[in-house]
Amino acid sequence: MSRWSLELVIDPIACDGRGVCAEMLPERIELDRWGYPMVDGAEIVPAIVDHAVRAVRSCPRQAIHLVESAC
Amino acid sequence: MSLTLHNEFKAAPTGGRRLLHGLSGGAADPGLQTHLDRWGDLRLRKSRLIDELDGAGLVGHGGAWFPVSTKWRSVASSSRRRPVVVANGAESEPASRKDALLLSRAPHLVLDGLALAADALGAHQAIVYVPAGSIPAVEVAIEERRARRLDPIAIEIAEAPDAFLAGQESAVVNALNGRRLAVPSFVALTPIRERGVGGRPTLVQNVETLAHVALIARFGATWFRQVGTPENPGTMLLTVNAHDGPVIVEAALGSSLRLAAGISAEELARTRGVLLGGYGGGWASPKLFGELVVSDTAARRAGTTLGAGVVALLPGEVCPLAEMADVVRYMEGQGAGQCGPCVHGLAELADTLDRLAYGGARGPGPDRVLEICNLVDGRGACRHPDGVARFVRSGLGVFADEAATHQRRGHCSQTRAVRVLPAAKIVRRRLVSRA
Repeated sequence: MSRWSLELVIDPIACDGRGVCAEMLPERIELDRWGYPMVDGAEIVPAIVDHAVRAVRSCPRQAIHLVESAC
Repeated sequence: MSLTLHNEFKAAPTGGRRLLHGLSGGAADPGLQTHLDRWGDLRLRKSRLIDELDGAGLVGHGGAWFPVSTKWRSVASSSRRRPVVVANGAESEPASRKDALLLSRAPHLVLDGLALAADALGAHQAIVYVPAGSIPAVEVAIEERRARRLDPIAIEIAEAPDAFLAGQESAVVNALNGRRLAVPSFVALTPIRERGVGGRPTLVQNVETLAHVALIARFGATWFRQVGTPENPGTMLLTVNAHDGPVIVEAALGSSLRLAAGISAEELARTRGVLLGGYGGGWASPKLFGELVVSDTAARRAGTTLGAGVVALLPGEVCPLAEMADVVRYMEGQGAGQCGPCVHGLAELADTLDRLAYGGARGPGPDRVLEICNLVDGRGACRHPDGVARFVRSGLGVFADEAATHQRRGHCSQTRAVRVLPAAKIVRRRLVSRA
């Protein structure tokens, strides 16, 4: 049976470095020296899905996506 | 309407000279009759062509080396709407000339490939996307074909702007959609193959790749594999920038890269480093270059890539740090300006490399430069920043001694010498004219 996992994907064109996502999900998102988010590639495990969803919803530019991928 | 006039087949070329077969000398005629006399007529294969491409193991020669049959299948299966097929001849890399050569000397091979793609995928529209300089030759060729009703659908021409990113797949689509400049878009969630020109599934294929398709359609996968190795079948065009300007050669994959590029051991001994794959590619030391075979897998393992086939020799009497700094400045200017990490990162990278190449003693060291490379890699909507990072990283490896000299003394005896790489020349010219 194939397994699905969740990962965060940033649209770097839409992103203008407001940094809200890093506040919502500091366990996975860090800001670089110019203020743009860097997502660590790890899977979004069930325990932090709520936080990830909040990070996605709170982006004023709608630049961050939670996507399902087969693994 | 059919691609078949009569099934009169010509003998398949047996050596490693395929795309360039019959093109030596200045008098090669790019006309349709010469083309048909040389190669014979086209035979329609519809979906069987995709199996043949699969069997041939043909990969894309625009730089990504992606399997052609996989790409065609995903375009064919992505929606019920009829797709758009695009021959991409933008060749926006200043050190590459092979696509321009094909378009001027063998335009019908490219157009055969596009017609075959249109036929195999049941395309709604077929477009040749080329720079202004290539348009007249393509226009003449399309007119010749129209007069003989050779193609399943009319082939249109669109002009590719003169910009480094103009040939990037999503930039091509944006240019053709006419709503935006030829800049990339974010396609990680909806690939061009599903939603491209006019919202239709779109195949964007490099013109050299299409020329290979034209020959595979005629002579088959088994013939294609007679040259090359099982893992790397067939041939590819290289643009060799050595002592006397760019030369286009056709190389058998898996053969010695140095011999294919026509570089003698003596010339290599006078060479400081070899740039492979262009400004988004990477540097090889003369020693590595001498050992490499024509294979992107091998090149990538060594920290570089063959990309679209650029080979550029840097002679001993120039300053590699200055060349690199100027190229990175050029690449910064050629960015689309859309993604923050690329905009800020390439600017900082260019400034830091400038200080290393041209600044005073005790300037920033290679470690500072590498730190910025790590910050930009993989952070754009397209691979522009990744390519610059590879260019710089590999260069600091190959030119480690020169970099150390610069860090210690601020420059070297050759920093003021003329530039050799085309992009570096462009940047120097601009700086001089501004001064």
